[in-house]
Amino acid sequence: MTNTLHRYGSAESFRDDYIIFAIPAKGLNDDDCIPKLKDFLRICAKHNPANIGNGNRSSLAPEKGLKPSAHWTRNKKPDWNKVIDEVGKSGTVSAVFAHENDAQACFDEVVKADFGLSVNMSTSVENAKRVAKACGVSRHSVEYALPFNDPHDHLPNSQVLELSTMCGHGMVSFNFAKKMLDMVREGRRTPEDAAATLVRFCPCGVYNPVRAKRLIEEACKEQR
Amino acid sequence: MKINQQKCVGCGNCVPVCPMGAIYVDQSTTRATINDDACVECGACFRGMSTENLNPTMVRTVRKVAKFLRFRFEPEPDVCPTSAFEMHDLEMPRLIRQIFSDPVVEHKSTGIKGRGTEEVKTNDVNPRVGAGEVGYTIEFGRPGVGVRFFEIQNMTRELARNGITFEKKNPITHLMTNTSTGDLREDILQEKILSAIVEIKTEITRVEEVLRIVHDVNDKIDTVTAVGISTRCDENGEDKILDPLLEELGFVHVRAKTNMGLGRVTNQIELKKIEEINI
Repeated sequence: MTNTLHRYGSAESFRDDYIIFAIPAKGLNDDDCIPKLKDFLRICAKHNPANIGNGNRSSLAPEKGLKPSAHWTRNKKPDWNKVIDEVGKSGTVSAVFAHENDAQACFDEVVKADFGLSVNMSTSVENAKRVAKACGVSRHSVEYALPFNDPHDHLPNSQVLELSTMCGHGMVSFNFAKKMLDMVREGRRTPEDAAATLVRFCPCGVYNPVRAKRLIEEACKEQR
Repeated sequence: MKINQQKCVGCGNCVPVCPMGAIYVDQSTTRATINDDACVECGACFRGMSTENLNPTMVRTVRKVAKFLRFRFEPEPDVCPTSAFEMHDLEMPRLIRQIFSDPVVEHKSTGIKGRGTEEVKTNDVNPRVGAGEVGYTIEFGRPGVGVRFFEIQNMTRELARNGITFEKKNPITHLMTNTSTGDLREDILQEKILSAIVEIKTEITRVEEVLRIVHDVNDKIDTVTAVGISTRCDENGEDKILDPLLEELGFVHVRAKTNMGLGRVTNQIELKKIEEINI
């Protein structure tokens, strides 16, 4: 499952956020779908994704059993192959793109590959319309995200919300997103380091580290 | 979820990681501790944090020396230095927390991980929302607030009272003891989860009414809700019904999941069934 619908932000803020995912329908097209899901991810990996995921693993995953030297030599390089190799059962696989031309080129190739699986794009309404039109595809269905109802004022400020809601399952806590913002503001982390730290908490692989880095940079600039 | 008190060194790295704010460093023991009532068993701490396997005594000694010298070590903020988190087997009703909160745990009623279903993501293959119909996903507790089942029940009861029926292949519907009243299982009502999604479908004419119900019930329950609202596009890939209606009702809707219509039935058994139906 990739709950990417309720990312917080304006339409303009999704200019570097295009998620394409393939999902088999249970009992209808899930027989022998593993090779198709892997091929889908292989196509995605060719088009400069910001992240890919298989529902269980992101391209930048938590590391277990680190050596103490890891504090100075932390890996920040995504591993596409591990995500592809570990697709083990029917489920959603996804890729996140930070540039529309990459998303469009990937989607075009996915259309031509004709896997027979449902393919969705999660981004702004207008972004998806443009990509569909450019690839000669008619949209089948659309699910709009309505704004959060928060009558009891539980939600934090927009900067924290934008970072936190990029993990649709809520694994990036408000407090941790705020901690990363504070660490960058205090010069204790670079925006890139902070984004790479946040992305590890999202097991589905839909967290967008490119957008996160940009949002952190913008938040820090605003404060100056 | 448990924190092994023999292993924990009280570094506090895990405290901000918890989406529910359930982890704190107990001042009396100087060890991280979990508030079991607030914990939703999501696994963000256990799975999301990277780990080292350092000797706890050695780490505590180094920390004491560094503290004495007013020396500040800046560790990676997502690392548990002693692998102190332990996940235990859970039993009902507490197990329900993990099922609805941990995204890598599959829900048995739907075969899908997490708290959702296929929604309109497979609408091109498995038509759930047809032309002129509107599907709703009413999500509770996310982002970052959490929800208890009795609060969800307030919503399901109100929807049921208004004659609205629930999507059958949905984890919350699966927990109902009576789908015509919206009642949920008694034993889970006090359990807290990260989020849950109630799915319904109505005619287009009821959109305003449904959104008003959601808004009014949300005023009375101590959580957040987020509504996803879906429809089928026309033959040209356009939505000329729901989009303008939402505009007219004043709902901002800049983001969407768009089903691109590439799916088709490929399972052999289903093809046979379809052929039989056609004959």
